[in-house]
Amino acid sequence: MIGAAMAAAQWRVATVTAIRAETASVKTIRFEVPGWPGHLGGQHVDLRLTAEDGYVAQRSYSIASGAGTSPQIELTIDAVPDGEVSGFLHEELRIGDQIEIRGPIGSYFAWSAEHDYGLLLIAGGSGIVPLMSMLRSRAAAGATQHARLLYSSRSIDQIIYRSELDRLAAQTTHFTLTHTLTRETPSGWAGEQGRIDRVMLTRRQFTPAGDPDVYVCGPTAFVETIAEHLVAMGHRASNVRTERFGPTGAIRT
Amino acid sequence: MLVTRGFKGRRREGDADRLRLPPGQFLTPEFPVLTTGPTQHTRLDRWSLALQHGGSLLGKWSWEQFEALPQTEITCDIHCVTKWSKFDTRWRGVTIDNLLRAAGLDAAPTGFLMAHCDGGYTTNLLIGDLIEARAMIATHFDDLPLLPAHGGPARLLVPHLYFWKSAKWVRRLAFRENDTPGFCESHGYHLRGDPWREQRYEGDL
Ligand SMILES: Cc1cc2nc3c(=O)[nH]c(=O)nc-3n(C[C@H](O)[C@H](O)[C@H](O)COP(=O)(O)OP(=O)(O)OC[C@H]3O[C@@H](n4cnc5c(N)ncnc54)[C@H](O)[C@@H]3O)c2cc1C
Repeated sequence: MIGAAMAAAQWRVATVTAIRAETASVKTIRFEVPGWPGHLGGQHVDLRLTAEDGYVAQRSYSIASGAGTSPQIELTIDAVPDGEVSGFLHEELRIGDQIEIRGPIGSYFAWSAEHDYGLLLIAGGSGIVPLMSMLRSRAAAGATQHARLLYSSRSIDQIIYRSELDRLAAQTTHFTLTHTLTRETPSGWAGEQGRIDRVMLTRRQFTPAGDPDVYVCGPTAFVETIAEHLVAMGHRASNVRTERFGPTGAIRT
Repeated sequence: MLVTRGFKGRRREGDADRLRLPPGQFLTPEFPVLTTGPTQHTRLDRWSLALQHGGSLLGKWSWEQFEALPQTEITCDIHCVTKWSKFDTRWRGVTIDNLLRAAGLDAAPTGFLMAHCDGGYTTNLLIGDLIEARAMIATHFDDLPLLPAHGGPARLLVPHLYFWKSAKWVRRLAFRENDTPGFCESHGYHLRGDPWREQRYEGDL
């Protein structure tokens, strides 16, 4: 593993090859990363930005694209108000620009095809990113165990990857998608409404039956609350894997 | 050094702050929470801290006994591998030196240790990173009992290493003959984790 670790720790110069808007405040950026060692769904990278005077900023971003060894990887970035790095990525970055990247990092909050167990995924806002990578990886690997996603967004137009998630849910019988909207719901909305609580988790069968693997990702407070609910419902704490993106408030859930 | 076209950076810290920040870190006024799983809630009447070497118990303290050990206060900067640093955090607890003394030991029996926590988390440490007032078992933050989300009732505090080494909900310190990876260290993080040398990940020198 030392070889793989050295490869992941090394800074590489990545080139932006595509940028697309996911929602009004979220963009997906595709990078070509020469020598990319490959990744699992759920892992992240570090980006390093350097100003002319040598000032450096680093941030972590989950990999959005599915597992594999393709040198093209995608990140999905939410523009945090006044965000130093997310602001730059949204406003300044252009196709052809170069940026330093290293990874993949973190083999704990990660899904691999060898562990195709029942899967419960719970996302708040941009916390969907590593979970989407897991779902894409599952689809590509032909995973057979059932997966459920409960995804909390503020309003329907802030749902990231909406059409792809709908397509995945329509295509496979072993993926169940539930959205919940916390601020505004359109008329005729068939999903959930309001913040995720125990009642909603139970209603949507996010129960410990069958000892599923659980992944929770989103703003810190969101993850804290949900992890507590899950343990109170009887999930084994060691089955509940969490990733916290940062302070609440700025991530829109 | 690759200059990023168009990147100016908004968060310039003053010179004094910049000197206190390890490479790649930024300052936050908040106290972010990071854990790989749910927060553990341990009742004080069920809490104990054990010191072990191989099969033998070198010392064990209930909460009351632990609180009666000599208390030390420290104010220090802390650095998380996810890039935030926080200056001047104030902690109280029992230094590892005092813990060894309380167990009747003049010195640690080996050069390495594994910290075991509620929830199954582990982290490996060099004894050299723990003694001579470099580390403690902290029970108070800002004069208040440590909240569960921040590792209460008791967490390890090793401020000169990345904060994943300051294991939350610590319950058992086991001396080891070798340095073997703990939890994060076996999931791609550096074996030692010195922020000044930017030892974030396995493979960083
Ligand atoms: C392992 C990991 C994976 C991550 N993956 C993603 C991802 O896939 N997509 C993504 O958009 N972000 C992700 N993040 C968050 C990301 O690293 C940055 O924290 C975020 O982009 C804000 O950085 P910034 O420089 O724009 O804001 P800053 O200039 O650092 O902060 C500006 C303001 O926003 C607040 N703030 C800082 N960080 C956050 C945050 N994460 N959420 C909300 N408010 C914040 C600050 O308190 C401050 O008030 C991830 C974080 C981690 C630790």
